[in-house]
Amino acid sequence: MQLPSELDDLYQDIILDHYRSPRHQGLLDAPDLRGEGFNPFCGDQVVLTLGLDEAGRIDAVGFEGQGCSISQASASMLTDHLQGKTLEEAEDLVRTFKGVMQGEEFTPEQEEELGEVAALQGVKQFPIRIKCALLGWTTLQDAITAYRKTQG
Amino acid sequence: MYDVAEIRKDFPILERQVHGVPLVYLDNAATSQKPRAVIQALSDYYERYNANVHRGAHTLAIEATDAYEEARAKVARFINAPGPENIVFVRNTTEAINLVAYTWGVANVKAGDRIVVTEMEHHSNLVPWQHVARVNGAELKLIAMAKDYTLDTSDLDELLTPATRLVAITQMSNVLGTITPVADITAAAHRVGALVLIDAAQSVPHMPVDVQALDCDFMAFSGHKMLGPTGIGVLYIRSEVSEQMDPFLRGGEMVLEVTYEDASWNEVPLKFEAGTPNIGDAIALGAAIDYLTALGMDNVREHEVALTRYAMERFAELEEVTTFGPSDLSVRGGVVSFYMSEIHPHDIGQVLDQLGVAIRAGHHCAMPLVRSRLMVPATARASFYLYNTEAEVDVLIDGLNQVLRYFGDAASKRA
Repeated sequence: MQLPSELDDLYQDIILDHYRSPRHQGLLDAPDLRGEGFNPFCGDQVVLTLGLDEAGRIDAVGFEGQGCSISQASASMLTDHLQGKTLEEAEDLVRTFKGVMQGEEFTPEQEEELGEVAALQGVKQFPIRIKCALLGWTTLQDAITAYRKTQG
Repeated sequence: MYDVAEIRKDFPILERQVHGVPLVYLDNAATSQKPRAVIQALSDYYERYNANVHRGAHTLAIEATDAYEEARAKVARFINAPGPENIVFVRNTTEAINLVAYTWGVANVKAGDRIVVTEMEHHSNLVPWQHVARVNGAELKLIAMAKDYTLDTSDLDELLTPATRLVAITQMSNVLGTITPVADITAAAHRVGALVLIDAAQSVPHMPVDVQALDCDFMAFSGHKMLGPTGIGVLYIRSEVSEQMDPFLRGGEMVLEVTYEDASWNEVPLKFEAGTPNIGDAIALGAAIDYLTALGMDNVREHEVALTRYAMERFAELEEVTTFGPSDLSVRGGVVSFYMSEIHPHDIGQVLDQLGVAIRAGHHCAMPLVRSRLMVPATARASFYLYNTEAEVDVLIDGLNQVLRYFGDAASKRA
């Protein structure tokens, strides 16, 4: 029996590459922000740590996790796009990605900026995997929200 | 034995195609498919005699009440309960266990007492007891899993102290398929004066079960895993125990006499069935039991043992795959949990789905077992029922070979 081609949309090479060799592995020792995300549906887990410079821009990123290829690859791709961003910019990124997973299209500028993240659009054909793809991103949002609370 | 090809014709859903290929349904530990007779019983009730039960003297009400109570009697005979009064209809296994926890458990487990469960429990037979232990100041102890995936009962005598009020154990693990020695454990528990609850969600659908032979005090199981509809489950309670128990939910139907100040309770089992019960699904569960009884539970068990033996032989061909569960089929049901270190179970399930094969991927509502004992983040699980075939096992194994090739190729493309 032949495997259908939709699978290749889901499991694009770049996704499997991030899954096998996740970027920014290892947690920061003294992070400014820390978030933990868990998807009880399939047991996917992501821990994200961020450091900020004096201007409040992200200058260090560390992540660890375990779970399916989509959850881990998506979180790994996210970590590639955080360096130098303010928390507001990082939140914009999360908002954009969530929107795309919920059916919106990337603008050409967003697609240009996010590069390989666009490969995750294939996940939309497999609705139950959207939660997997979002895990790292919602973990980032939770970490930012928690950080803001501590800053009053 | 029965003719599986003939049996399959009774299940309309098995003719279904998924992604253009025939469905191979191997997620029976999650829920079973339904034969036409069960679907028919449900629509018959709604088309011909839908009425509320235990009230009203009109024809429909009498027919509905008779059918509902006949379903209760069928359940009682099926597990050899002394009588229908031992059978309480609930939503599912989880609700059955919570009923015991919130009534008998909260009232009888005292500070310093002990509740014993096993490391193999489904969350539904663990989390309610964590709650009772926490609220009442009792301790929760575990019967450990042995290396061969059976229960390690070697230190049972130390675990079962006179302070032990309850032993709550699964009869068949939904992750490992392990069939546990519930009769022996029950006897040991009774020697120290503890009561015993058996989570039979995976056992009653798949093998002959006799509550009087097991001598347990409570037994819980779900209709939907045994060819019946969702939303109907069973709690068996030994009579001496149920008479002493307070009601769970209070309201209509469960009362005998009500004044503005007070109320007295209806007799068992209606004492535990407040409000309009799930009449249609109970009646359809009765039809499921008729179907299982006609096949013979010994035959169902024999079929599944043969199929599991075949599946284990085929799984052994896959070097990259680790399976979990007892190798001795006399203590194993039709469940094969497996794991590949390089490919997450969720991804396995995704590829298999494209080939029409339905399996479960995840922690199977047994997180501590999967993570802390099997030491993996999740497993994939194939689980069989009376209508599955060796040909379907072959489709699964072919599918797993494709999974290995697919993710292997994807990895080597970059190398």
